[in-house]
Order: sequence, then structure tokens, then C-alpha cells
Amino acid sequence: MADLSVKIAGVEFKNPIIAASGTIGFGHEYSEFYPLSELGGISCKGITLKERHGNPPPRIAETPSGMLNAVGLQNPGVEHFIEDDLPWLSEQNTVVIANIAGSTKEDYCEMAERLSDTEIDMIELNISCPNVKEGGVQFGTSCESVASITSAVRKYCKKPLIVKLSPNVADIASIAKAAESEGADALSLINTLTGMRIDINTRKPIIRNITGGLSGPAVFPVAVRMVWQVKNAVSIPVIGMGGITTWKDAAEMLIAGADALQVGTALFTDPYSPLKIKQGLNDYLDSHNFKSVTELTNTVVTS
Amino acid sequence: MKYDARPCPVVKKFQLTDTIYDFRILNKDFAAAAKPGQFVHILVPGKTLRRPISICDVNGAELRLVFEVRGEGTDILSQIEVGGELDIIAPLGHGFTIYPEKRTVFIGGGIGVPPMLYAAKHCKNSVTITGFRDKSAVILEDDFKKISEHILMTDNGSAGSKGFVTEALKEVIGNAEYVCACGSTAMLRGVAEMAKQVGVPCEISLEERMACGVGACLGCAVLVNREDGTQGYKHVCKNGPVFKAEEVVF
Ligand SMILES: Cc1cc2nc3c(=O)[nH]c(=O)nc-3n(C[C@H](O)[C@H](O)[C@H](O)COP(=O)(O)OP(=O)(O)OC[C@H]3O[C@@H](n4cnc5c(N)ncnc54)[C@H](O)[C@@H]3O)c2cc1C
Ligand SMILES: Cc1cc2nc3c(=O)[nH]c(=O)nc-3n(C[C@H](O)[C@H](O)[C@H](O)COP(=O)(O)O)c2cc1C
Ligand code: FES
Repeated sequence: MADLSVKIAGVEFKNPIIAASGTIGFGHEYSEFYPLSELGGISCKGITLKERHGNPPPRIAETPSGMLNAVGLQNPGVEHFIEDDLPWLSEQNTVVIANIAGSTKEDYCEMAERLSDTEIDMIELNISCPNVKEGGVQFGTSCESVASITSAVRKYCKKPLIVKLSPNVADIASIAKAAESEGADALSLINTLTGMRIDINTRKPIIRNITGGLSGPAVFPVAVRMVWQVKNAVSIPVIGMGGITTWKDAAEMLIAGADALQVGTALFTDPYSPLKIKQGLNDYLDSHNFKSVTELTNTVVTS
Repeated sequence: MKYDARPCPVVKKFQLTDTIYDFRILNKDFAAAAKPGQFVHILVPGKTLRRPISICDVNGAELRLVFEVRGEGTDILSQIEVGGELDIIAPLGHGFTIYPEKRTVFIGGGIGVPPMLYAAKHCKNSVTITGFRDKSAVILEDDFKKISEHILMTDNGSAGSKGFVTEALKEVIGNAEYVCACGSTAMLRGVAEMAKQVGVPCEISLEERMACGVGACLGCAVLVNREDGTQGYKHVCKNGPVFKAEEVVF
């Protein structure tokens, strides 16, 4: 039995498997499959300062080996989250990460300040959502904007701060460095890649928002590459995600440089996938004589 | 734990039309928990997303699923044979309210017909109306005749009477106390309007593209009138698939 625990920015996770933001809501539904304490942590649905209704349907399209979504950050707002969801979540014996998104810098700062007074374990700055008109990814695609939002939020954020990076950029390593230099405690990546599908009979885009975010196995090699590039560019912990579906994917992402993992779309295919990944990873570590999962991180052999 | 995903053996399989299949799968827990109007979420080997299919009927430990081949996913599922398995999450969603004693009209159009069977079975005094394109698309006629006063409609009159289900509904709605329907949006809108005109309560089952199937991803949104007079989104997989007709914004 290998030691699966990891420590990210001072926060202890009993295993490296975290449910990815937007795929598990605030945890209630999947807790009807298994206790959330089986997970290392849960990253909550992206929340905004005020309630958002989200985009009109259809919001989902299937793709070869993946899916597009354009939910558009439907959420009840930060106060509602703190009052109605957080009390229950903080008793589930798992690390709780608040994923926050805003249309202005002030929104992000106000939420970070408000959440700093709560039971939340960490804050994940979502500057990479491709499905909203204002804010979201516009903060995440240049080094200047990433630096400026990170430094602004840092002043208000008393919790460990994760900056979640967008893959829709030319040079992910420079973006990662910009976030690190302005005070990010950890980085998570990748968010979804912008994509599109069209119904050839009606010639209408399948998603009403026209474009959506691609996730699932289709993005996995892109995510592995980006995690590897980022790990080589920064010294803060990196949480890797994007298409992780099996324990083999999990092992590969750790080897590429991830200190912890998030699993999203795989939950839809198999709600039990995080538990299967955890078990498979443990067996892999045992059979390869690793005593701890941390020994596997960043061990890619390039020569 | 309220939810579970399990491989369920396929114990019988029939082909009902060129494109429609009837699967009987075995799981006594799912069968015992299933309510009319609920659905199952089926894993398609090789695909990322599961496919939602209504519960058509329950017999003992057997769940009956009737589905049409529409695209790649349902095509793959249709090739699974007796002795194979369907991995399903079930039963999901909020189904039809059933009043066993009320004179209820159950209406199904096309591939919206299957869920009406299990629903109508729960009602002692029901009229069922099913509507299809033409004779070659008709399904479940004998099943409905066994359990209800049944009216079959086809668009071209090649089976049953000629016309849309709403024309049959016009004839029987005078005596109805309650209406339940599943079918195309156009059909549901017609049924909902007619029920509203005569002041009969009506519930309708909706479809939307799904990912999780349990209410976590917020993918399957449908616009509804909220109690406070504003509009907002609810979710077909958790708040539905069955909604009160007046709630839905067409
Ligand atoms: C609650 C519910 C109950 C249903 N019950 C039945 C039933 O009893 N019998 C039956 O034949 N069909 C039923 N459907 C429709 C059925 O889910 C779709 O026909 C099926 O998902 C199509 O999959 P595909 O891979 O063949 O098509 P594709 O077009 O290749 O599918 C691509 C993607 O779009 C989704 N999709 C396509 N059409 C629909 C649709 N109409 N509704 C929801 N998602 C769709 C698929 O699930 C998949 O994710 C139901 C749908 C819902 C929401
Ligand atoms: C339906 C859906 C909703 C999502 N919502 C959010 C969100 O609110 N905030 C966020 O940072 N990422 C969101 N994501 C992105 C995921 O957290 C993750 O970065 C991405 O899906 C890649 O991982 P995966 O392939 O394991 O799903 C969402 C993804 C999906 C599929
Ligand atoms: S499919 Fe995920 S909320 Fe309905």
C-alpha cells in the first residue's frame, strides 16, 4: 500500500484525485454514489459574485473521444454557496476548493476576500472559462493580464491560491511564470480547449452558444504536454487535468509533472472512475516499488 | 446511496421496426425502484457520454427499454445481444405524478411513446393515444390495448385513424381529469395548449442533451417559469424529465 497523500501549498490531500470544477457541482449528487471522503478533494462549480443563469440550451455536444460544453457558469452566487452548500461540504472530510470567476478584477477580489473568511481550504482562480462573454478567459490569455489579476487577488486572498490556466494560449510556460511571480501558490491546468460542432443536416452549430469547451480523452495529450512544459518552468505545485480517464492516464500525468490531479469528464462516463483510478494508481506504485505517489511526480525520462 | 451504476444482463431482445429495438434487462434493485417517467443512463462502449433512455415498462426484475437508432451511440447499443450487458445508472429523474383513480389521458408521439406504457399501467381508468408517421413506425399497439382504452393515430392513416394525436385528444379531453404526454416539442406544445384551454392539469416529458444525468454538470438546461414570475433554468435529468406543462417555456 503506497502512500497516496500529497501536500499542495500546505494543504494535505489524502490522495491526489480531485474532482474537477463544473463536473461535480457542489458534491451533493455524486455523494449519492460514494462518500466524497474517498476523493482527495473537490473543486466546486465555478461561482460568481451574483447568481448567473448560464447559457441557453443545448449546452452539450459529444465529440470523438470527448465532449463540448457551454454551460456558461450557471451558479447561485457566492453568498448562496457560502450559506447553503459550504456548511455541508466542509463536513465531508475532503479538501474543498472554491473555483471563482468574474467579469471584472473587482469581482474576483471581492469573492476572494469573502471566501477567505470561510471554511474553504483553497481558492482556484478560474481565468480560463471559454463560455462566458465577459471575463473568464480574457484574463487568462496574456502574461500581463494573468500577472495583473493574480497580484490583485493575492492582496485579498488569505487562502492558498491556485491559478487555473487556459490551454487556448501560444506559450503556456510564460503564462505560468507570470502567475507564479505574482504570488500564485499553485497552478492547475488545463481548462477546456475552445471547439465547435455543426449538425450537417440543419447546418446549425449543435451548441446554442456556437462554441464550447472541449474536454475528455481527446485533450489528454495536449494536457500532458502543457503540464510538462509548466512543471519545467515553475517551482510551485502543479495540478494536472484534462482527459484523465484511467489509472494509466493518472500515472502518465504525474510522470509529466503533476503533483495532484483533477478528474472531470470521466465522471460522466463512469461515476466511479475516481475510485478506480485511485486503486489502479496504488497498484501501479506498489508494483513499481514507489513508496509514495510524490516519488512519481516529474520523473519523465527525456534522454 | 441513492445512485448506482451497474452492468445489467440483456435477457431478451426484439426488433420492433426497421430502426426500433426492445431490450429487457435484469436488475431487481433498479426494477423495484423505477417509477413511471423515469429514465436510465446507458454507457455506450467507446463513447464518452451515456445515452438517456426512458423506462418503458417493468416486469418483476426486468426493465424494458425501447429505443430508436438515431446516431452512432444508439447504433452501437442496438448491436448488443442477449447474454451481453448494458451498464446503466438507474432509475433517474423525476417522473409522472400518477393518480390511479383519475380519468387520465396518456399521449405519446413517435419515440416518445415508450414511457407512456409504464405510466398508463398505473392508472385504472386511462385512455392512451399514440401517434406515428405511418404504419411502419407503429410500436407497442398490443401492449397499450391490453391495459387501456387505446387510440392509434398515423399522419397518413395507414394504421389507426388519420391525423395528429391532438385531433384524438380533442375528442376525449372533455371527460379527462389529467393529461400526461411525451413526444416532439410541437406535439407537446399542442397538447399543453389544449389542456390549458379546458383547464385540465397536464404533465409533459422533455428531452435535452445530457452529460452526468444526475444534476451535477448543469448541461441539460430547460427554460422554465419560476414561482416568483421570473424565468430561469431547470435541469431535465434531475428536476425532470417530467415537468408541469405550465412551467415550461416553449
Ligand atoms: C430523458 C430522456 C429519455 C429518452 N428516452 C428515449 C426512449 O425511450 N427511446 C428513444 O429512442 N430515445 C429516447 N431518448 C432520446 C435518446 O436519448 C437519443 O435518441 C439518443 O441519445 C441519441 O444518441 P445517438 O448516439 O444515437 O445519436 P447522436 O446524435 O450521435 O448523439 C450525439 C449526442 O447527442 C445526444 N442526443 C442526440 N439526440 C438526443 C435527444 N433527442 N435527446 C437527448 N440527447 C440526444 C446523445 O445522447 C449524444 O450525447 C430520450 C432522451 C431523454 C433526454
Ligand atoms: C460540464 C463542464 C463544466 C465545467 N465548468 C467549469 C467551471 O465552472 N470552472 C472551471 O474552472 N472549469 C470548468 N470546467 C473545466 C474542467 O474543470 C476541466 O478543466 C476540463 O474539463 C478538463 O478536464 P477533463 O477532461 O477531466 O474534464 C468544466 C468542464 C465541463 C466538462
Ligand atoms: S446532465 Fe448533468 S445536470 Fe443534467
